[in-house]
Amino acid sequence: MIKIVKRDQPSKAIFFFTPVLAIFLTLVAGGIIFYILGFKPFEALKFFFIVPIADRYGFSELLLKATPLCLIAIGLSFCFKSNNWNIGAEGQLTFGAIVSGGIALLFYDQEGFYILPLVILAGAIGGMIYASIPAILKTYFNTNEILVSLMLVYVSKLILDYLVVGPWSNPEGFNFPETRQFSDSARLPLLIEGLRIHAGIFLALAAVVISWFVFYKTYLGFQMKVSGFSLKTAKYAGYKGKKMIILVFLISGACAGLAGVGEITGPIGQLHREVSPDYGFTAIIVAFLGRLHPVGIIFASLVVAITYLGAETAQIFMQIPKYTGQVFQGMILFFLLASDYLLFFKFKFIDTKK
Amino acid sequence: MHKFLIRSFVSSLVLLFTLNVAAVAKDVKAAFVYIGPTGDHGWTYQHDVGRKAVEAAGFKTTYVEGVPESADAERVLRQLANSGHDIIFTTSFGYMNPTNKVAKEFPNVKFEHATGYKREHPNVATYAARFYEGRTILGTIAGTMTKSNVIGYVASFPIPEVIRGINSFTLAAQKVNPNIKTKIVWAFTWYDPGKEAEAAKALIDQGADVIAQHTDSTAIVQMAEKAGVYAFGQASDMDKFAPKAVLTSVENNWGPYYVDRVKAVANGTWSQKDTWHGIGDGMVVISGLDSQMPSDLQAKVKKLQADLASGKVHSFTGPIYDQQGNLMVAEGKTADDGMLAGMMTYVKGVEGDIPK
Repeated sequence: MIKIVKRDQPSKAIFFFTPVLAIFLTLVAGGIIFYILGFKPFEALKFFFIVPIADRYGFSELLLKATPLCLIAIGLSFCFKSNNWNIGAEGQLTFGAIVSGGIALLFYDQEGFYILPLVILAGAIGGMIYASIPAILKTYFNTNEILVSLMLVYVSKLILDYLVVGPWSNPEGFNFPETRQFSDSARLPLLIEGLRIHAGIFLALAAVVISWFVFYKTYLGFQMKVSGFSLKTAKYAGYKGKKMIILVFLISGACAGLAGVGEITGPIGQLHREVSPDYGFTAIIVAFLGRLHPVGIIFASLVVAITYLGAETAQIFMQIPKYTGQVFQGMILFFLLASDYLLFFKFKFIDTKK
Repeated sequence: MHKFLIRSFVSSLVLLFTLNVAAVAKDVKAAFVYIGPTGDHGWTYQHDVGRKAVEAAGFKTTYVEGVPESADAERVLRQLANSGHDIIFTTSFGYMNPTNKVAKEFPNVKFEHATGYKREHPNVATYAARFYEGRTILGTIAGTMTKSNVIGYVASFPIPEVIRGINSFTLAAQKVNPNIKTKIVWAFTWYDPGKEAEAAKALIDQGADVIAQHTDSTAIVQMAEKAGVYAFGQASDMDKFAPKAVLTSVENNWGPYYVDRVKAVANGTWSQKDTWHGIGDGMVVISGLDSQMPSDLQAKVKKLQADLASGKVHSFTGPIYDQQGNLMVAEGKTADDGMLAGMMTYVKGVEGDIPK
């Protein structure tokens, strides 16, 4: 007989094994879905996960796509580790893009080495300002940060709409909802001529290193960990909870803001209504798939990024509906959450003969 | 005998030539990039109907749906250009800069961008439809059918394309009924059934008994059906979604243009141009008229349709005044394309201000 027993301690090995299991199950389920839809499962999976990154250009596009996801997810991991549920990274990204885009537009007809640092800094500050709203409301007015941060996403998108339709729209652009193009001095430098991969990837890598250091080598990281396990313990230990809440939100907002900067000063080069295809929300999947661990998040961002590229390739070459990409993202999260069951429970085989 | 030989020689030459052209034609591959899902029954749906016409004409086609106007558009375009497509149609305004950027890298691939104005390279053409002509017909119907003299209009974004539609609609409605007012709700979306339904509801609550729309979903006509007011289908024939409410639809008919342009690539006659076709060229089509419309109105609409097609009637014929009463177009004159392309003021009779 098989009995399900609660584990005394969540298993560490399974903690890092379940994301791999989730990806594996997603591939199997994906193959089955392709088969039901009438496509050859292995060929479809090949076009989904191998063909898009088979050449140098494809691989560079993968890194380009993973950069904002990784950056935002690193920021979110600060919040999630310490029990702060910042769901509004998309809004912080958008607001960061608005502030940095505003600075870039101020200098639209100028060149100079000082412009890009200003633009980047503005993006980080913009994201921090926007993240501070749910943080302050939570600490001083006890509001629910999930709701506040989520609702602020829509506010930020409406602000962006207003700006690109109205005051910031390109005067020579026939009133279409877009701004002028930024000057070259406000654009992140390309790493390799002819590819779109840009210097923003260094921001993401820096975030990975810094977050690893903070999580595992500092007192703050320890405090976050304790608060994550038990808020009561944290309080008992005398940690300044309010300060920490605001700090993790600011870090998270800065990362999301920088991701916004990377998009508009990297591949896009102007502000328009759609600066991000919901990176802020997808990054939540990335953060959990990466187990809130900096290295895990790198791998998770690459895995999720490929579902975007794969969906395009699969539609171009096999006419598979592009929205299957989103199905894959959903399935990864679903299987991850489901296999987390194994973290806390185990199957025990009991000999019934005795 | 001699004559016969020459004749057969010539005819076989002609035959060879046509066979050759046909063989070349089959090789041309067209790609389409869509902003929404092909099942939206609006904008993207109609582009896909156009794509199917290209398939039916014997060409291979590919499409990618739901491509955001973010950094992703450029990658999709490059991948299509890189994988053997000879002509790529990009069917949303936001693809303008990526289209021109990728066109520079692939001079042998033709790019056709819908509703934009940038043609930075010789292999980029632009095209759009004179939807405002269709709205002249809708305005005529709305002005006649309204009892409350309040007409609702769900608009997407305050760009010239949409303002032009509101104006041509209102001018036509005023012509048949000087007392009407057009109330606008800006939904700030092209496709969001929830928001669109809310906007329609708000207009109906304000007394509108005819609802026009410049957004893409079927939510508005369905809301009108529920509330028992009239509405018009947008982009495709939406009659089946709200048989009682929908009086007629303005359909976007891209097929003939698409087939034309793909054939031009096959024949080597493709060249850059800016196309702006209306009812006359068949790019804008009026669906069947609902039987609830009185027969004299139906006759009037049919005549107006023919006159718009022949150019006898222009949607913007003076005198036209703006909201403040300033003259926009003098009596006997018509608005030129430059004025239409940059139209950013309401005409008299439209309520409210353009969001700035």
